[in-house]
Amino acid sequence: MKKLNRRDFIKIAGATTAVSAIGFPAIAAAGGKKKVVIVGGGTGGATAAKYIRRGDSSIEVTLIEPNEHYYTCYMSNEVLSGHRSIDSIRFGYDGLRKHGVTVVHDTVTGIDAAGHKVMTKGGKSFSYDRCIVAPGISFKDNIAGYDEAAHEKMPHAWKAGEQTKILRSQLEAMADGGTVLIAPPPNPFRCPPGPYERACQVSSYLQKHKPKSKVLIIDSKDKFSKFGLFKQAFERHHKDTIEWVPAKDTGGGIKSVDAKAGTATTGSGDVHKADVTNIIPAQVAGKIAHTAGLTNDSGWCPVDHKTFESTIHKDIHVIGDAAIQKPLPKSGYAANSEAKVTAAAVVELVNGRDPGTPSWVNTCYSIVAPDDGISVAMVYNFVDGKVAKVKGSGGLTSKDSSPASRAREVQYAYSWFNNITNDAFGG
Amino acid sequence: MPAKKSLAMLLGSVLLLGSGQLMAGPSATLLGDTCAGCHGTDGASNGPATPSIAGLSAEYFNTVMAEYAEDARASTIMGRIARGYTKEEIALMGDHFAGKPMKKAKQELDAGKVAAGSKLYKKNCEKCHDEKGALADDDSGLLAGQWLPYLTYSMEDFRAGHRDMPKKMKKKVKKLSDAQIEELLQFFASQQ
Repeated sequence: MKKLNRRDFIKIAGATTAVSAIGFPAIAAAGGKKKVVIVGGGTGGATAAKYIRRGDSSIEVTLIEPNEHYYTCYMSNEVLSGHRSIDSIRFGYDGLRKHGVTVVHDTVTGIDAAGHKVMTKGGKSFSYDRCIVAPGISFKDNIAGYDEAAHEKMPHAWKAGEQTKILRSQLEAMADGGTVLIAPPPNPFRCPPGPYERACQVSSYLQKHKPKSKVLIIDSKDKFSKFGLFKQAFERHHKDTIEWVPAKDTGGGIKSVDAKAGTATTGSGDVHKADVTNIIPAQVAGKIAHTAGLTNDSGWCPVDHKTFESTIHKDIHVIGDAAIQKPLPKSGYAANSEAKVTAAAVVELVNGRDPGTPSWVNTCYSIVAPDDGISVAMVYNFVDGKVAKVKGSGGLTSKDSSPASRAREVQYAYSWFNNITNDAFGG
Repeated sequence: MPAKKSLAMLLGSVLLLGSGQLMAGPSATLLGDTCAGCHGTDGASNGPATPSIAGLSAEYFNTVMAEYAEDARASTIMGRIARGYTKEEIALMGDHFAGKPMKKAKQELDAGKVAAGSKLYKKNCEKCHDEKGALADDDSGLLAGQWLPYLTYSMEDFRAGHRDMPKKMKKKVKKLSDAQIEELLQFFASQQ
């Protein structure tokens, strides 16, 4: 590398001053290392951390995440059916450390957007040139009585880990002939096909181990993701085990619970006392996004789709489920894809260059029976300032695809899982 | 006034260049990185089935993506993905992955089948699938150290007529039994 002489230095310093005068305060710290702080170590946060280091290893990347391990929500339905272990969906942060990411296990309590600082419960403060917030989801109070204590009795299992274990042990403890009630949330929510894949996975477990049992889905919607394919799967593999009830038949699905009594009540007043009750509440962005003032009235975070920079606070990007990214879905693959676009943009921005043109992909598999996998995919580009679906691309598995092809999709789903988790967390 | 005219032309081309830059598409790296969720970081797949695409020749990559997009080659999902990109974008991705090192898959195989496959390879495949299927420049895909389920699916598609075989391959494959095909695929998969 060329050494800087005094005249070059003055030139660069002068240019920096000029740039900061027109509104890039972050660059005022020229000479020192550029700092990026990432809040949240799920798929989006972990991928962003790794890809920033891959893009420019001179950038100091700090990832702040309370837990020492992350449990992926995707494939957690296979833990419920007993097809895979909880350990197989658990990932640590040593891989990111190998990429030179500083991983801090602490809880972020606030973000000072004007002062470019992230504060933690542990009393620390981290300054940044750019901050990436990847907080996932938090739950709304749309179901009366579904408080913290009720989460233990009627697990949501929509944040994987402890909750997955609770739901699995309830399924294991249930006597043959029991009923499992699943109450899917209203749109928009994390992993749109997830509740219905869950029904299939639980049903497969019951068919094998408790054949007189049933899965009852009391939905808060009249239609859902991969609708035709799931209806086909219910008919083909789960005819005697799964019953799906649309919102219009129950006054909008489950509206309240009494965790002590073990009951769940619909909008039209029907009381259900199931043996296992899985309540998945309505969702909004993760808690820190609200504390940091990154959300709008919808409870989600508005962002500029080119860089996923918040349209509320400059120099803070929001990625993954918490962002308003439509037509991209709230999926693990989309979070991974958004993280790469944002990482590339952040590398350019902290170096005083313009961000490039984005490109995204979503690929999402659901395993609806041991040898039957279905998928939805889409390629997205940037049109008129927004994410747009590329016309002619993407779409669903064909309803007419052969059993052999469906079996391949299961193997590709497992490959998807191995590769995306390695891409996000691997060294 | 030729001087003025050429200045106008120059200005015109500068403006064109300018707008061209504004319209510039995604970079090769960003396009390539979007594939990683299924094909592995830098195209090196962790399996069990999705193939590694690192190290493929650009020509092979471009041909295959065009075939997927037109449904001329059978796929579960790749047709849907391939239709999302322009020829230019696919060419960028092809060059991107051609420059990445192929990571050979570590998988459990049957040593007896691998040994039998080695003999069959010399007799039937070596001419086109050079260096035991490890040479990208023969533009015949990378079979060496590829994930076995992917190789198996490919051969199923060839033999079922869902994917076109070159004439020479068709002739050879016709003469091989199911067991021999499996031995061959085990041999390719075993290469490290």
